Amino acid sequence: MTGTHKGFRIATKVLIYLLLAVAVFCMLVPYLWMLSSSLKLNKDVFSFPMQWIPANPRWENFQDIWTRIPLGRFIYNTAKLSVIVTLLQLLTSSFAAYAFSKLQFKGKNILFLGYIATIAIPWQAYMVPQFIMMRQLGLNNTHMAIILLQAFSAFGVFLMRQFYQGVPDELCEAARIDGLSEYGIWARIMLPLSKPALSTLTIFTFVSTWNDFLGPMIYLTRTELKTIQIGLRMFISQYSAEYGLIMAASVVSIIPVVIVFLALQKYFVQGVASSGIKG
Amino acid sequence: MQNETALRPKQTPKRLLSKGVRDHLVAYSFIAPNFIGFAIFTLVPMFFAFVLAFVKWDGANPMEFIGFDNFARLIKDTTFHKALWNTIVYTVGVVPFTMAVALALAILLNQQIIARNFMRTVFFFPYVASLVAVAAVWNFIFSPTMGPVNNILHLITGVPIEELPRWAADKQWAMFTVILFTVWKNMGYYMVIYLAGLQGINPELYEAAELDGANAWRRFRNVTVPQLAPTTFFVLMILIINSFKVYDIFINLFAGADNQLNDSTRVMVYQIYNTAFRSLDYGYASAMAIVLFLLVLGITIVQFRGEKKYGQ
Repeated sequence: MTGTHKGFRIATKVLIYLLLAVAVFCMLVPYLWMLSSSLKLNKDVFSFPMQWIPANPRWENFQDIWTRIPLGRFIYNTAKLSVIVTLLQLLTSSFAAYAFSKLQFKGKNILFLGYIATIAIPWQAYMVPQFIMMRQLGLNNTHMAIILLQAFSAFGVFLMRQFYQGVPDELCEAARIDGLSEYGIWARIMLPLSKPALSTLTIFTFVSTWNDFLGPMIYLTRTELKTIQIGLRMFISQYSAEYGLIMAASVVSIIPVVIVFLALQKYFVQGVASSGIKG
Repeated sequence: MQNETALRPKQTPKRLLSKGVRDHLVAYSFIAPNFIGFAIFTLVPMFFAFVLAFVKWDGANPMEFIGFDNFARLIKDTTFHKALWNTIVYTVGVVPFTMAVALALAILLNQQIIARNFMRTVFFFPYVASLVAVAAVWNFIFSPTMGPVNNILHLITGVPIEELPRWAADKQWAMFTVILFTVWKNMGYYMVIYLAGLQGINPELYEAAELDGANAWRRFRNVTVPQLAPTTFFVLMILIINSFKVYDIFINLFAGADNQLNDSTRVMVYQIYNTAFRSLDYGYASAMAIVLFLLVLGITIVQFRGEKKYGQ
């Protein structure tokens, strides 16, 4: 009796591992295919049965893309925007969240409600008037437009405030008695304590700015201002038969996100768990 | 003594601002940097969207107030209906599919298994990977005649390649393809939310159920499902809202160099974008945006009601 029970258990386990292994393989196939194709000649990309490891890897693809499209420019633009937006987001969100969580002032609840109420409203619902406003300010076709658009999200304030709520008020009280100003408490106590929340916000903001598509598509129409997503899209639609180069450019566009993600991932699950949102 | 007189002039202005006022100023100074940006670039346009929905404006000529004409036009606009319908079909496909896969993955990857963290990363990664790049790969892999998927299907089934689904290029299969892609791309995110939910369940509940002789399925039905109700509600809402505002996935899977979508793949945000930025019909585009807003608002209200009923 126990023997069959045990056998059944082992069989289930084997089945689960098999299922997971297949699933993991299916998940990885697109990246492996991307990587493999990026080292091939156009005519070999679709050869079937496919060659996972190209016999003569064509490293030139990774040289050629930099001259075929201004890939360096695109990456520079995207990196600049992502870094500035992320820094502004971290700074202003954690600053505002401190007041919402640890200070008393008139209008606190109504202001916070204003933030919360807008989280669920999709940006797409007001992107048109926002564009008109930016154009009126002369910001169409500037990076400033993207920065102003992304840097002050309600989500960031919400996420940081949720985290600060978990920090005991007594800690701030003690610091106040020791003569630390509110700014000092924020800088010396709250910021160092909120590393998981800051990391989560960094991942979300950096990745969403890096991968943003519609925003740059609306605001950045001049080639020298374009971000990697829009530039890559332009390249794909212009040279749709340059399979090897398209894949090489795709690999390059993913690398920075991989780096940020792997560097911060240990905070990530924890961060999502404590905040649990963002679309 | 000298010290005290030296301090006095400095103290007077401080006394003018009582402690309460000073505390308020400090608090506002914390909020101001974010709030000013937020108010100008989010609240003002939001408010302006409602005004714009009731005018006719091309951005150059003077605005003309036309009441509900834009909305009357929407009721008769079959292209918009098609976009709305496609968005709904997409949502109905994506939401249950993503939820089921995300929950299954979360339960599996919450067990003590080998390479757990590696697998979590693998399933999560498509969510952060650049859409343009992964969509390009998908279009290559699912390419109707050259792609490996159809070649493998051809080998297995023996069906001639010309008769196999043409995936993104096929009217009948386009919606299925985009749903499959969306599930693949985003399921990892919802998996992480579910993982967080699962880790919040008290293990004693499982122990008690096991003592009562409940098998795995019963434990899932009677412990996991009810305990996860708030998480499920949350995931449901985010999924629906995200499906309603989809745009970039459709453009990258279906559109050519002109960024145009056809009748079987156009979605609401595409329609808003085109009406505003190609036809320069800002008022009409804003009316569509209001419809999008009201739909999302409706879902959010249902979510709040539901959370009160099922939440903790």
